[in-house]
Amino acid sequence: MNEPILSVQNLCKHYGHATVVNDLSFHIAPGECLGVIGPNGAGKTTTIRMCLGLTVPDSGSVTAFGLPMPASALAIKAQLGVVSQMDTLDPDFSCAENLLVYGRYFGMQDAQIRARIPSLLEFASLTAKANAKPGELSGGMKRRLSLARALVNNPRLLLLDEPTTGLDPQARHLMWERLQLLLQQGKSILLTTHFMDEAERLCHRLLVVDHGKKIAEGAPRDLIKQYLEPEVVEVFGNGAQTLVDAPLKTLATRVEVSGETVFFYTSDAAPLMAALAAHTQLRTLHRPANLEDLFLKLTGRQIREEA
Amino acid sequence: MKTEAIHTDNTRAAGQNSTSIWRTPQLSMRWWPVFRRNWLVWKKLAIPSLVGNIAEPLMWLVAFGYGMGALVGQITVDGVQVPYILFLASGSICMSAMQAASFEALYSAFSRMHVQKTWDGIMNAPVTLDDIVLAEMLWAAFKALFTVTAILGVMLALGISYSPKLLLAWPVLLGVGITFSCLALIFNALAKGYDFFTYYFTLFLTPMMFLSGIFFPLEQLPEVVRVISNWLPLTNAVALVRPLFMDQWPTEWLRPVVVLSAYAMLGFWLALALTRKRFRG
Repeated sequence: MNEPILSVQNLCKHYGHATVVNDLSFHIAPGECLGVIGPNGAGKTTTIRMCLGLTVPDSGSVTAFGLPMPASALAIKAQLGVVSQMDTLDPDFSCAENLLVYGRYFGMQDAQIRARIPSLLEFASLTAKANAKPGELSGGMKRRLSLARALVNNPRLLLLDEPTTGLDPQARHLMWERLQLLLQQGKSILLTTHFMDEAERLCHRLLVVDHGKKIAEGAPRDLIKQYLEPEVVEVFGNGAQTLVDAPLKTLATRVEVSGETVFFYTSDAAPLMAALAAHTQLRTLHRPANLEDLFLKLTGRQIREEA
Repeated sequence: MKTEAIHTDNTRAAGQNSTSIWRTPQLSMRWWPVFRRNWLVWKKLAIPSLVGNIAEPLMWLVAFGYGMGALVGQITVDGVQVPYILFLASGSICMSAMQAASFEALYSAFSRMHVQKTWDGIMNAPVTLDDIVLAEMLWAAFKALFTVTAILGVMLALGISYSPKLLLAWPVLLGVGITFSCLALIFNALAKGYDFFTYYFTLFLTPMMFLSGIFFPLEQLPEVVRVISNWLPLTNAVALVRPLFMDQWPTEWLRPVVVLSAYAMLGFWLALALTRKRFRG
């Protein structure tokens, strides 16, 4: 009964000498939201393409709804909803027409699709824009139309590749709210994102990938507990760098420097904060450890060449 | 259970072979919603598109047909004397089918494939690339048929030909549209940008217009050029269509049909293989 809805086994993909996906395995349980986080070029999009049968893996297998990919690609896609990184909306069609035309690709009858269009537009908060073309929509509206389009066939599993990249906070929060709603309806979601708050808010489980390899997996809170000290003190300002070798560093379990900022990781920040009070020229920020710390710890702080 | 096992084996075998770009086309009726998509876009722009498609061929016809026609007078085709305008009209309608199909399968298909990423969106639904390419091919052929129909209407109004065999010319011109959309899709698959298509038009289609007996009889050409001309798709299209305009049956119909079909089938196969290669990420 609790058979995974999507199961990826030992997936590998090379382009020339570059290994893009390296022995990646994961699964999604029914009703679960799995987040895949990783720097640009970590292999997230390639993995989604392999799940869709659009890219052929060098080795490994993808199974969805108990069916093998790519042999049963069409049967799998019939139950799948996809929002890709780039919008592929038809610029010549209105919002309603975009939904109608896309539903036809699933072999749905026009009457059947037309019956769904009002509720899909309402879900996307686009009822007033039913006759507007994508060119007249804001970035957030376009993404929501893409999401509504992915729901036209009432899919069991959604593959969302950075659905909120480039959106303003209001649009992002509305998108989160909608995705929460879908999870409550029992849909399963595979989500890639660069936003750690998004991953923490939506995902039951996270997969951290880098260089195509899985480097950590677990519930967001568990991962933070497993890899990080609970508290962080960020120190910046004139002379912050000199603290790295100062005696007060023994008050932290771990010290990291990034640019002008020094990061102290500790299980109890009180003694450290007291010691820092003497350095009036410094500015400090005391906060609990979060996913971003975890992400940077696991994947490093350097800017990637491909980024 | 046993049949199910065999079925699974078959799909597995198909899956294993599925990496070659040269595998046989796997076509299904799923091309139809893709064709309908293009139809719906075109319906919104049909009138300006119609003007663009038929204005130029008609200008050629009027300027050359009546202007040159007055100088040339009658022309002999297969021993029959015909007015130059009839000679020209029967050839230029093949040229129009060629250009309409080529334009749609190059510029418009490229917009959908590369610029708008429409094909990527469609492939996230249960529609294969093979069916998308088939839909684009048939769509470009349909556009050619539409253009040709409009021009035929004007030719009838001008009284250039009243041959009842024009009814047969109509499906033949659809075939010409299919052949040229298959060929154009090869170059669509190879294109990095719109500029690439200029080569196809100036190096392939334009020379072919002058070597296919549209403006003057093939007999005017040197022997060597005639040998090449005999294998050009446009020459074979004209060989089928011109007699029908003259209310005659083509003296030779099998060879042109085979040549055009061969161009269409090999062209489609090559176009599909190259498109698969393009999309194989």
